[in-house]
Amino acid sequence: MGLVYALIAAGLSLIFGLMEIVNFAHGEFLMLAMFASFWAWALWRLDPLVSLPLTVLALAALGWVTYHGLVRFILGAPMLAQIFATFGLAVFLRSAAQALWGADFHLVKEPLVQGRLAVAGVFIGLPQLVASAGALLAFGLLYWFITRTETGLALQATAQDRQAASLMGIDTQQMFALGWALGGACVGVAGALLATFFYVFPDVGASFALLAYVAVALGGFGNVPATLAGGVVVGLVEILGGLLIDPSLKLVGVFALYLGVVLWRPQGLFGRF
Amino acid sequence: MTRVWLSLLAIIASVAALAGAPVAQPKDVVIGVLYPMSGNAAQVGIDCVNAVKLAADIVNGNHDLNMPLGKGEGLPGLGGARIRVVVVDHQGKPDLGQAEAERLVTQEKVHALFGAYFSGVTQTIAQVAERNGIPHLNAESSSPALTERGLKWFFRTSPHDGHFSQAMFDFMRDLEKRRSVKIKSVAIMHEATQFGSDSAKVQEELAKKAGYEVVAKITYRDKATSLDAEVGKLKAANADVLLPSSYTNDAILFVRTAKNLDYSPRLLIAQNAGWTDPTFLKEMGKDAEGHITRAPFALDLAGKKPMINQVNELFKKAGGRDISDAPARAFTGFITLADAINRAKSTDPEAIRKALVATNIPGDQLIMPWTGVKFDEKGQNSGVRAILQQAQGGKYVTIYPFELAAADVVYPLPAWKDHK
Repeated sequence: MGLVYALIAAGLSLIFGLMEIVNFAHGEFLMLAMFASFWAWALWRLDPLVSLPLTVLALAALGWVTYHGLVRFILGAPMLAQIFATFGLAVFLRSAAQALWGADFHLVKEPLVQGRLAVAGVFIGLPQLVASAGALLAFGLLYWFITRTETGLALQATAQDRQAASLMGIDTQQMFALGWALGGACVGVAGALLATFFYVFPDVGASFALLAYVAVALGGFGNVPATLAGGVVVGLVEILGGLLIDPSLKLVGVFALYLGVVLWRPQGLFGRF
Repeated sequence: MTRVWLSLLAIIASVAALAGAPVAQPKDVVIGVLYPMSGNAAQVGIDCVNAVKLAADIVNGNHDLNMPLGKGEGLPGLGGARIRVVVVDHQGKPDLGQAEAERLVTQEKVHALFGAYFSGVTQTIAQVAERNGIPHLNAESSSPALTERGLKWFFRTSPHDGHFSQAMFDFMRDLEKRRSVKIKSVAIMHEATQFGSDSAKVQEELAKKAGYEVVAKITYRDKATSLDAEVGKLKAANADVLLPSSYTNDAILFVRTAKNLDYSPRLLIAQNAGWTDPTFLKEMGKDAEGHITRAPFALDLAGKKPMINQVNELFKKAGGRDISDAPARAFTGFITLADAINRAKSTDPEAIRKALVATNIPGDQLIMPWTGVKFDEKGQNSGVRAILQQAQGGKYVTIYPFELAAADVVYPLPAWKDHK
């Protein structure tokens, strides 16, 4: 699960690193990705894993539209206004989903992958395993993109210094839009992977988004590889705390760690700033 | 960050407070109805509101049903006054429920409060009612503690988890006798809000009393993102019977996880909530086959109670799906409240309270399998009776008490590889 948390968090971290805006609608993006997977299955019998590319494209488009339709106008606005704008978007998306598709829970029945794997007496659900592998793969791709391609480097340059980047001839507007599209694509992958074993309903994003925020804060804001580490730590603390101590205390461990990091290392475990 | 969150909460609260504009007419009896209409239990809340609206419509309009106020228009005791409901959404949040109840009493001047599904939210609303001296009728929260506090203004028509859990253990005992099987151990899994915690507490006590060993008691936070660790623990404990208390979303995630990790107890008896939400059975299909849940209401009792079908037809027209457990209880509770106000012949809170205390609705005028509605000194309906239902062939059939049963019990629960 940690890798999935990390992937959700990666999009968040990317956008924050780029323009210092916390996207409060991130969980709702995830919800939409899961609904997209669900509808692909319900209407055309496409397994979430099969329709994954479509979901990713749709969410990337959504990220792009969000940037051009909303975020562009609040770039220079005070932080409170930025928070309200993305939070408002979250409430809007959630209510719209409930109005359109009802408040009911939906499930993808008979997914391609089900069952379990026994490793040294420990059972791991196969869907979760596939989700982890998929998340890791997506992460690798994302990392490769932002560190090895010219566009990715331009993206990083923009993140480091907006003005200097635009002086170098980088179209920062386009970079911002790209950042949002990439952030959307990340939750697109995560949503499709989650939909193979998790239920879908309008409020589903909230619980995951909370853990994603923790993962981002643990790893360090704006630092994509650190977010991966943060997500894995959250997932590990959750499952180990649950198995070894008591399931009711599993989130205590996660948030205690979070508090500790925020108090003693506010830049995050691996953060630079 | 804290300040930001607080201001966000303030905005959410004020937006929620805007819903439901006040238009008061002097003759109307106004009842404040609180349910979760967004959030995790939104569908159950919406179903309950539909049931309440249907009940109000039956009271106000001209119908022909053999129940209190089922015939004729309005409340004859108040010169044909109509009932108007003010519905608010508490989103499953106890603090919001309290704020909304406060607003209903002070701004909307409601004559009674009704709701609110979640035991945790019902509790905060009951406190508002108690402080203001306004009757509060609750029809579906099942935490036993609610009526154990000796509140003066709180009334509950539905059975609580004490009744339900008792029925479960009676059933286990009877099943042991009937099938000559031996049940030794139970595992309890519950979510950590008031509903789950109180339910688990009662079950633990009853298990000890009945001589069953509690080999695992697992608490989890509701709206879980993963139940892997919980299911792992249950699998290791390997109890004969699993007793889960979960709301719909967690119930779905649990069954999914149990399937993937191949966890299957010999008997699963659920404390209602998630298991009786129609969505659960619809989405889980054959994965839920053989699961038993306690239920205060059963559609398949229509053979013995034709009124169930009449009400269900009306409900389907309004809500688009069959009436299920929670809305059926909401419906019954609301009729009970309307009946009391009618007999009070006044909207004075004390008169309504006295009339509620004197309530006596016979079982044949209810759509529930109860012996009637009659409140004891704690405000708990003493005419309740719990039944158990099992998922067989994709729908719930009544299996216990054996004299009401529509089908025989399937025991033990099939292993996952035998689910077909």
